Amino acid sequence: MSTIAIILVVIIAFFAGLEGILDQFQIHQPLVSATLIGLVTGHLTAGIILGGTLQMIALGWANIGAAVAPDVALASVASSIIMVKGGDFSGTGISVAVATAIPLAVAGLFLTMVVRTIAVGLTHGADAAAKEGKFRTIETLHLFGLLLQGLRIAIPAAILIAVPAAAVKSALTSMPEWLTGGMAIGGGMVVAVGYALVINMMATREVWPFFAIGFALAAVSQLTLIALGAIGFAIALIYINLSKMGGNGGGSNGGGSNGGNDPVGDILNEY
Amino acid sequence: MAAEKIELTQKDRLSVAWRSQFLQGSWNYERMQNVGWAYAMIPAIKKLYKSKEDRASALKRHLEFFNTHPYVASPIIGVTLALEEERANGAPIDDTAIQGVKVGMMGPLAGIGDPVFWFTVRPILGALGASLAMSGNILGPILFFVLWNVIRMAFLWYTQEFGYKAGSAITQDLSGGLLKDITKGASILGMFILAVLVERWVSIKFVLELPAKKLAKGAYINFPNGPVSGEQLQKILGEQASGLSLTKVVPNTLQANLDSLIPGLMGLLLTFLAMWLLKKKVSPIVMIIGIFIFGIAMHAFHIM
Repeated sequence: MSTIAIILVVIIAFFAGLEGILDQFQIHQPLVSATLIGLVTGHLTAGIILGGTLQMIALGWANIGAAVAPDVALASVASSIIMVKGGDFSGTGISVAVATAIPLAVAGLFLTMVVRTIAVGLTHGADAAAKEGKFRTIETLHLFGLLLQGLRIAIPAAILIAVPAAAVKSALTSMPEWLTGGMAIGGGMVVAVGYALVINMMATREVWPFFAIGFALAAVSQLTLIALGAIGFAIALIYINLSKMGGNGGGSNGGGSNGGNDPVGDILNEY
Repeated sequence: MAAEKIELTQKDRLSVAWRSQFLQGSWNYERMQNVGWAYAMIPAIKKLYKSKEDRASALKRHLEFFNTHPYVASPIIGVTLALEEERANGAPIDDTAIQGVKVGMMGPLAGIGDPVFWFTVRPILGALGASLAMSGNILGPILFFVLWNVIRMAFLWYTQEFGYKAGSAITQDLSGGLLKDITKGASILGMFILAVLVERWVSIKFVLELPAKKLAKGAYINFPNGPVSGEQLQKILGEQASGLSLTKVVPNTLQANLDSLIPGLMGLLLTFLAMWLLKKKVSPIVMIIGIFIFGIAMHAFHIM
């Protein structure tokens, strides 16, 4: 990597770190950060593919309540750097980069916890500044906390870059086929965990049938994701409208302004 | 009491909205988003309070514990701005009332923000972008980034304005009909798309060969021994066109058998297993590592 590329990658890593905690622009999502790193290192297409592959795994990763998900910012940045340094931009190279990044993403959780603990000190600094009405100090403390979050990703990225490319390459090529092939297979299955997290959050008795419809329709390979999205959106709209009509209609129309609707009622009326 | 009413201008509110994006910047284990919340409120506090005591007490009440989904904080900020404005103009609103509104709204709203943003909008946009990106299409990341940020920024600004205009009335409105519809609609669409994702993207391929299937007589082409006459060739070609097998046995894989039930079945079962394990409090990280080990083992034994 050229010096400029290295600096740019570290800057991207820094922003991914900021976003990893802010969760606003989504720069830390693999789709964005891997594409950016691919762009500045001159491997745009491989970066995009890597981003897409990792995004599929990370779809359901979100820190909610007690469920702690791996650090997606570190996963995207580390896997992109590993891919670029490994020099293998084929499908295998990409899936190995993804698979080796996941243990790093898990280790990244530890760094997040360290920064969040340090930030407790910042809160007490802010308390003291509040007593004096010092806006500037509070702002500085807050942005310092944010800075730490950026460094949380930028420093590991710089370390990964500093490791000689030859070492990364030989470590990756010395991996036997059963290991790399197996990791690729694992990578294909591991997405299920992310989906399971999301489904557990949303599933109720009422929405399970929509899951079944989606699953059956997805087997029709001619339907693109956009087409399926449109179908899902339409079904949701129809269901909500119908359930409202059912609620109101039952009361007002029940008497049978339209005789055909209520055969049992009609029979009863005749007697 | 001041003769002139102090008001927050649109510029002040925009400044607060911009800063609210940094809500989680100094997230800490003690009071979570508190410093970020105070950081967002600073432009408003500066405008509304002029004396040092007023400013200090305002900062103090906004450094209390706060934690919610970072986007749904916006309507809460809006309501708080309205309350602070009234207070600065002399209305008897005490610290407990403001704190009460913040705490009262953050729980229920987080319950909306998490499923809608993290578990519906992001997976859907992410999957859409990723499915394009996996073939190397630059539109994938661009589409994801642009759509997400348009939705997010519009949400932050308009819900903050809504909260500001509605004041404390918003708390009642949020439990009303429209929001319920949106949440329900989002979870229907979410479940539908998730099923699609499970079917399309959880890839489990068995390479294990089952004993080959012997075909019954007549189901395969009976090739004559020795040279073939034109007439025989015509018959063979006709048989092939009508779909007869070229060999007496056909290879039979486990995968083909599973696919004939419904493609993606094993992925579905794996997802159900993961859901069950999550309910049993197994950490997702343990599962991820376990799946990799399982994948390596199955590959080593030539089953997958």
